[in-house]
Amino acid sequence: MGNKTDKEGAMVTLEGGGEPLLSVRNLKVHFPMDEGRVRAVDGVSFDVQPGQVVGIVGESGCGKSVTMKAILRIVEPPGRIVEGQIMYHSRASGEAGTSKVRGTIDLVGLAPNGKEMRDIRGAEIALIPQEPMAAFSPVHTVGNQVIEAIRLHRDLSKSAARQLAVDTFRDVGISMPEQRIDSYSWQMSGGLRQRAMIAMALAANPRLLIADEPTTAIDVTTQAQILRLLRKLRFEYNSAIIFITHDLGVIAQMADYVVVMYLGKVMAQGPVDDLFHNPLHPYTQALLRSIPSVQSAPRVKLPTISGSIPHAFNRPKGCPFHPRCTSFMPGVCDRDEPELKAVDGRQLVSCFLFRDTPEVANGQA
Amino acid sequence: MARPETNPDPAPPFLEVRSLTKYYPITKGFRRRVTGLVKAVDDVSFSIREGETMGLVGESGCGKTTTARCVLRALEPTGGQILFQTADSGTVDLAPLSRRELRPLRRQMQMIFQDPFGSLNPRMNLFDIVGEPLLVNGMPNRKERQERVAELLGLVGLRPEYMQRFPHAFSGGQRQRIGIARALALNPRLVVADEPVSALDVSVQAQVLNLLLELQERLGLTYLFVAHDLSVVKHICDHVAVMYVGKLVETADTKTLFYSPKHPYTASLLSAVPIPDPRLRSEGIELSGEVPSPANPPPGCYFHPRCAYAIDVCKTQSPLLRQVSPGHFVSCHRAGELPLQGIVT
Amino acid sequence: MEESLDTAPLLKEAIPEDRVSVASNAQLVWWRFTKHKPALVAMVVLFMFFVVLLFPAFFSIQEPELTDAKLAFIPSQSLHLFDGAKLRPWVPTVVGKRNPTTLRMEWKIDASKKIAVRFLSQGYPYKIFGLIPTRLHILGAVRADEQNRIYLLGTDRLGRDQWSRLMFATQTSMTIGMVSVALSIFLGVLLGGISGYFGGFVDLVIQRLIELLQSLPTIPIWLALSAALPRDWPPTRVFFAITIILALIGWTTLAREVRGRFLSLREEDFVLSAELVGCSRMRIILRHMVPTFSSHIIATSTLAIPVMIISETSLSFLGLGLRPPAISWGVLLQEAQNIQTLALAPWLLIPGLVVVIAVLAFNIVGDGLRDAADPYGK
Repeated sequence: MGNKTDKEGAMVTLEGGGEPLLSVRNLKVHFPMDEGRVRAVDGVSFDVQPGQVVGIVGESGCGKSVTMKAILRIVEPPGRIVEGQIMYHSRASGEAGTSKVRGTIDLVGLAPNGKEMRDIRGAEIALIPQEPMAAFSPVHTVGNQVIEAIRLHRDLSKSAARQLAVDTFRDVGISMPEQRIDSYSWQMSGGLRQRAMIAMALAANPRLLIADEPTTAIDVTTQAQILRLLRKLRFEYNSAIIFITHDLGVIAQMADYVVVMYLGKVMAQGPVDDLFHNPLHPYTQALLRSIPSVQSAPRVKLPTISGSIPHAFNRPKGCPFHPRCTSFMPGVCDRDEPELKAVDGRQLVSCFLFRDTPEVANGQA
Repeated sequence: MARPETNPDPAPPFLEVRSLTKYYPITKGFRRRVTGLVKAVDDVSFSIREGETMGLVGESGCGKTTTARCVLRALEPTGGQILFQTADSGTVDLAPLSRRELRPLRRQMQMIFQDPFGSLNPRMNLFDIVGEPLLVNGMPNRKERQERVAELLGLVGLRPEYMQRFPHAFSGGQRQRIGIARALALNPRLVVADEPVSALDVSVQAQVLNLLLELQERLGLTYLFVAHDLSVVKHICDHVAVMYVGKLVETADTKTLFYSPKHPYTASLLSAVPIPDPRLRSEGIELSGEVPSPANPPPGCYFHPRCAYAIDVCKTQSPLLRQVSPGHFVSCHRAGELPLQGIVT
Repeated sequence: MEESLDTAPLLKEAIPEDRVSVASNAQLVWWRFTKHKPALVAMVVLFMFFVVLLFPAFFSIQEPELTDAKLAFIPSQSLHLFDGAKLRPWVPTVVGKRNPTTLRMEWKIDASKKIAVRFLSQGYPYKIFGLIPTRLHILGAVRADEQNRIYLLGTDRLGRDQWSRLMFATQTSMTIGMVSVALSIFLGVLLGGISGYFGGFVDLVIQRLIELLQSLPTIPIWLALSAALPRDWPPTRVFFAITIILALIGWTTLAREVRGRFLSLREEDFVLSAELVGCSRMRIILRHMVPTFSSHIIATSTLAIPVMIISETSLSFLGLGLRPPAISWGVLLQEAQNIQTLALAPWLLIPGLVVVIAVLAFNIVGDGLRDAADPYGK
């Protein structure tokens, strides 16, 4: 295992830039069930640079939501982080901030409901959930819930917190924020609720926002509004965003860096332009080819990926994608699990097709 | 409703929907007084030619699914006509027919559902699910049914040996194939597909779309395709009708609609589609506000509060659907004079 | 969309894949049920109750109505299987001595004198199901005479063997519970189904009726209804009357549940699909709707049986349900109504214990069935 960690350590420098805000290393989240162990997340590694939008894309069962929950330490039992690190680099002590957290912390080492984790959750890392209807309590006004969230992490008087909440509401494009802040969540439309949710997440000025499919429950035109808002806020608040979605279109429009997952594994990751215009992993290639686009020619047969996603209990041996892969190499792909390796200096790919690249050769030498 | 390049069709269309309406009363109080109407579908007209695919698009609550269900007479329309060209007895208006009168016509029109889990009875195996339409429509011989079911399963790309299996043994995409096999069992001529791929994983969507296209070619099916995903609609439809708050705002052949939309709503809908190419990041048209509720629509043109081009007349008068070029109908006071853009290439 | 765990594949580890694929819902429910160990144990207990229900006379040792005032309040004699190292079942004798001051018989267990017993021995004559005459009983003394009577659970104030009476009481009480639940199901499914499927005015009337019935306090209603039964009715007729009374009050909850299911099922896609392929109304109800909630009905009824049993027991205990000479758990418990009897003959409370066991067993099985029938619910 030590050898592997070394190699993954090299990844950080490869991705360039300074110190990452968040480094997930070889994260494994397993769900022991009566019927067997579900390896929902099985060795996921990626970095989030400050201010970067990292898109995690994958189909059902790929583990993208569990990864998100692991970072926030809200994995439901029987799920458990069995291995790996989630290194969070909090802001330097001189920097203006609201948090009491300092230095580099491994989130895996913290108690899920301990004080430190609660200080990080909300104040440093905030979540924009998928279903804003369920995220607000119907018996309190939206404003009170936002004010409560602010006062939980910042030492502000009630009126100052309210002022901050109103300002944040204005920032997320809610008209008449002074009045809207006193309404209940069920009085708001879907798009408005989602904006209020974003305001609540932003109110504590977090450095990392995790958006879990924030636009799947809303309409196309509202989705466009929300995406535009997130793009704008990202610069205003200088927050990094982990954007989780199954929609490749949304990823292309939003992300700087993309992590492609399949059955708990990272298949490929890299800058968005490389990943969409020079996809290396057979899964990424096939996925991009198979989606109909408004750009593509109508009524032609789409290239498909054969078969369907296996159930978590029937996970194939070796590379999890091999039964559906067109480049399947018998005796190789179905025996060992490929490791994530840097291929063209920008992308990381986990596929045996790329085992002869120089980096790997060096690594083995 | 012919395309510009073809001559107007002398024969009546395969399916013609005229001024279809579906209202739901809003009741209040113990005595259920009717205090208002939700106009879920309001004066919708379109037609489909045989062997073609008509796409009905719009955002949630626009009435596209209600329209489709009225066409199939799963719902009873409040008004309007649904003229359907039957195989044997000429054109029939489906709208006023009773449950009993509809039964012999049912076999000619079938539906593919959105949810591959809810649309198959979990207590039945594949033979019963796919064979049921045959059984209730006069094929009591089990052996005969078995042969036909095997044939149908083969048609949708499933192994006939699966006949004894129950739906729980299949993945979402496979279940959708089972649903398609059931819909095709009676050799329908019209198939209404209600968001048939939106519940499926990305890698499986393409398989089902290909299957639908292939079946259309082989069996000469006519599709009414309901979807919210414009990329899917563009891929599969010959004609598209865009709905907004129960009303039809624009209908044209796919190419015209996608490349030169004439309604500002269509244009903003097109610009809102996230294109899976990071090099084509468009800021698009900012649409303020949200879709109004059909229970309480704004006066005049329903779209005017969100429209960048709204003028005074839009606030008071509801626009009528009018033809701007052959086969291209728009319901906008300013159709044709606006600098609207279709999808970028 | 995310990480949804389908239950069918959950079972794939334990059971070969193909069996799962072709398994009907009933089989899946059964497989899930077998994973619930307490429910399985309770199922076995219930099975034993059913066997007793079918053959009470076989399990009895003496005639349940045989009275002998001289033999009142004999304590229970425990059954021993081994005599020394040898398998030779026996019970100790009881010796009675009249207390000279209270003039009451006082019984003492004398383990030194053993009464040899035999399984499947001959006893008093009876007919299985009222048809086949036989004398076979589960247990009897090897030398059957007045001296060698066995009272496994002691005797009551009239010297009747409580064990034998308990066997017959089990038959009565369980039958009342199940028959009244069956009647409730019939009424509940019929009226709930009509209410849910047709809706409108019929629904309104049935719902108001249910509300009316549910708003009536149950105990006074039972009291009133049972008190209205003529005193001179034979036990069998009282028995059926009680059953019907219980069912008439018990159907409402079930009807509500069935109605709710019908209402939600009407909106299901597969029901619409059946409508669209041209199925008749009858077929939609019988082939698509009823099977979908049948497992729920079974679970709900299993949970309703103990309620009925308790109701019957309470009624009879209060002297308003079954009356002697009928034998039910409630009638047996009537014997244990006063403090004096309790102090003197605590074994008369044993029927209460049996009621608790039966009710618990039904509840645990019902819970297990409900969980197995609804894998998607929480």
